[in-house]
Amino acid sequence: MTGLSGTASLLRLAARRDRVLIPTSALALVVVVAGSAQATVALYPDESAALAPLRAVLANPALTALYGPITSESLDSFATFKTILTGAVFLCLLAYVVVRRHTRTEEEEGRLELLGAGAIGRRAPLAAAVLLGTAAVLGTALLTMVGAIAAGLDRTGSVALGVSWIVMGLTWVGVTAVAAQLTETARGTAGFALGALALAYLLRALGDVAADDSPLHLLTWLSPLGWGEKVAPYGANRFWLLAVGLVAYAALLVGAFVLQSRRDLGAGILPSRVGPARGRLHSSLALTLRLARGTLAGWFVAFVVLGAVVGSLAGNVQSFLDSPETADLLRKMGGSDGSIVDTFFATEIHVAAVAAAALGISLVTRLRTEETAGRAEAVLATAVPRRRWALEHLVVAMAGTAVLMACLGVVAGALDSGRTGDVAGSIGRLSGAALSTLPAVWVCIAVAAVLIGVAPRFTGVSWAVLIAFFTLGEFGDLLGLPSVVSGLSPFAHLPSLPGGETAVGASLVLLGVAALCAAVGLEGLRRRDLPFG
Amino acid sequence: MTSAIQVVDLRKTFGRTKALDGLDLEVDTGEIHGFLGPNGAGKSTTIRILLGLMRADSGAVSLLGGDPRRDVETLHRRLSYVPGDVALWPNLSGGEVIDLLGNLRGGLDERRRAELLERFALDPTKKSRTYSKGNRQKVALVAALSSDVELLILDEPTSGLDPLMEAVFREAVRDFRDGGGTVLLSSHILGEVESLCDRVSIIREGRNVESGTLSQLRHLARTTVGAGLERPVAETDLADLSGVVDLVITDHELHCTVETAHLGALLERLGRHGIRTLTSAPPTLEELFMEQYRTPEVAGPR
Repeated sequence: MTGLSGTASLLRLAARRDRVLIPTSALALVVVVAGSAQATVALYPDESAALAPLRAVLANPALTALYGPITSESLDSFATFKTILTGAVFLCLLAYVVVRRHTRTEEEEGRLELLGAGAIGRRAPLAAAVLLGTAAVLGTALLTMVGAIAAGLDRTGSVALGVSWIVMGLTWVGVTAVAAQLTETARGTAGFALGALALAYLLRALGDVAADDSPLHLLTWLSPLGWGEKVAPYGANRFWLLAVGLVAYAALLVGAFVLQSRRDLGAGILPSRVGPARGRLHSSLALTLRLARGTLAGWFVAFVVLGAVVGSLAGNVQSFLDSPETADLLRKMGGSDGSIVDTFFATEIHVAAVAAAALGISLVTRLRTEETAGRAEAVLATAVPRRRWALEHLVVAMAGTAVLMACLGVVAGALDSGRTGDVAGSIGRLSGAALSTLPAVWVCIAVAAVLIGVAPRFTGVSWAVLIAFFTLGEFGDLLGLPSVVSGLSPFAHLPSLPGGETAVGASLVLLGVAALCAAVGLEGLRRRDLPFG
Repeated sequence: MTSAIQVVDLRKTFGRTKALDGLDLEVDTGEIHGFLGPNGAGKSTTIRILLGLMRADSGAVSLLGGDPRRDVETLHRRLSYVPGDVALWPNLSGGEVIDLLGNLRGGLDERRRAELLERFALDPTKKSRTYSKGNRQKVALVAALSSDVELLILDEPTSGLDPLMEAVFREAVRDFRDGGGTVLLSSHILGEVESLCDRVSIIREGRNVESGTLSQLRHLARTTVGAGLERPVAETDLADLSGVVDLVITDHELHCTVETAHLGALLERLGRHGIRTLTSAPPTLEELFMEQYRTPEVAGPR
């Protein structure tokens, strides 16, 4: 008895359920890698002339930490520098999603029990999930390899790229298979598999930026992402690392099947995590903050990293962007009229503001999520007035975005002070610039509030509005749209800071619009039925 | 006797659907009032209007002497609500949710909280996402029953509980009533209604079709009668009797159902034909409800 009977039919079922997810993800990865490589190659017809000034930029530790070291000084290497590691992380995520979905999620929701009662072997569900995950990884890696060759990149290097992705992707098939055995919940599986991914990313980042003679350098080798990175496509092309990946993959799978044989259906190897028996939430505001806590923490980390990257890059930008065309491009994308570095800062800060607005929208639309999930009813049946409940969510969203932008400015300023030599001045300038975007961010949040209050069924439209605002505000001038049209976006009215003129009047108007929209949304919500629809 | 809940001629339309079409409801202080009706009859809509979550198109609503839309904060301190489909925050533990809802209502009775947790055999340290439907309902019930309130509004609160827990629930609700509290209990579980409710209201298509004690309602429903007679009876002999239906006559045997109010008249008439054997079954609760749910309007004296 192998316990594998029924694997084929489970695999067919799983493949059917993922028939959109896997092909679209694979295709997206191929397009990003091949497309961006081709664009880079087209940009630099003269290889040697282009690469000389780039070398300094690419040696920046912030970039190395993010993307891994550049594998050689060839154009192919430069063209894939940003996409190899980030693409591999997405491939690992795909492997994780596929494996988790057909193992622990199925088990937690009780569907495996239903299948298990049929003629399905005990090991079949895990085997089917692993097979599908493996197929997804291999398929994506091979397609990307072909795509890279088709884009005109070096053949051997492109094969190495595929190998590098297979090493990383297959390892995460194995990691997720093990993680799915550990806890009772799909969420617990996510914690282990994604935590391991974050740790692997961090380890290799530390190893990559360490000096060659430092023992920290070896940290990269502790990380499965490091193994993939060390394949060094378009550089050293170390194909033998495939063996390391396959050994890890096999070992993890054996581990997963052994763990599975030692546990009951529905149970985990580790005891399930418990919470406190007593609560410390005393108000609806405390609940709102508690619900936002995880999201805010994640975004906080992301904005600190973003601030660090932006701040530390400023010195390089000077040399990188010394062409008038690029400077003009940046200026059109909402940059300032000041120095090239200021233009760079203003552009990055405006893009960050759009991201902050996305966070704000996701926080304020919780009002609607809580409503449709039926949890708002439980709160509003207590002595919490509806207007206060809604206002608290709105305030948390607005304050949360303010904290994020401020921390972006402070971190970027602190790091940029290495260039300017004036700590207080740099921090003041950049945090001021970051905070100057808040009126536009808050307009986006308030527009979402209007939809929630007045047209709750169309709450999702707030995302379309954000995309429209972003496109009009950032690219309106670039696309040659009349200012009346691009002026519909609140982002078009932001001052170009640092370096440009402050726009007190426009900011006040934006604040007024935000306040008015918020008031309309709150009043609409107060008057309407709940739950609605 | 004062009223905890008084609803007069309540109307509410969603688009083209009439959810409530002139509903009346009166719940006396200190009683357990059963609120019955088929799915979609308007029970949950009524409860949401009572809680101020929805606005009625027309009609008068008085809750604990106040206006449910205007006096939200003060009224909601005096009542607890348990929805039928309890949704909890997945990453809060059961204990955290109980304390949160209690705090939002203005405080919990610690002793009752501990006692109820034990009686319901609920582990408060588990995360809400791991609770079954029954356990989620227990969380909401413990939160509601350990609050110091005057009125409980329960919307099908026990659909996920096992019989043992159902018994605990009944006991807890009775204790609450005996302590002077009022309960509005929407339920489909007939045993629960029969054992708990002092009075019931049955609604159908957004209208109140019957209210009263169970024995009053029984009186309106039909009794099954079977009789063996000495002399044959013809259908025409009984034609002038009201409330007799489903009549089947074979020779000396007669079977029919009769509205309980008219049972005496039927027996008197059959007596003329010489009753040899007689069986009579009062309506079961189930028959009672089936009948009320089905017929659009109940005829007969109130």
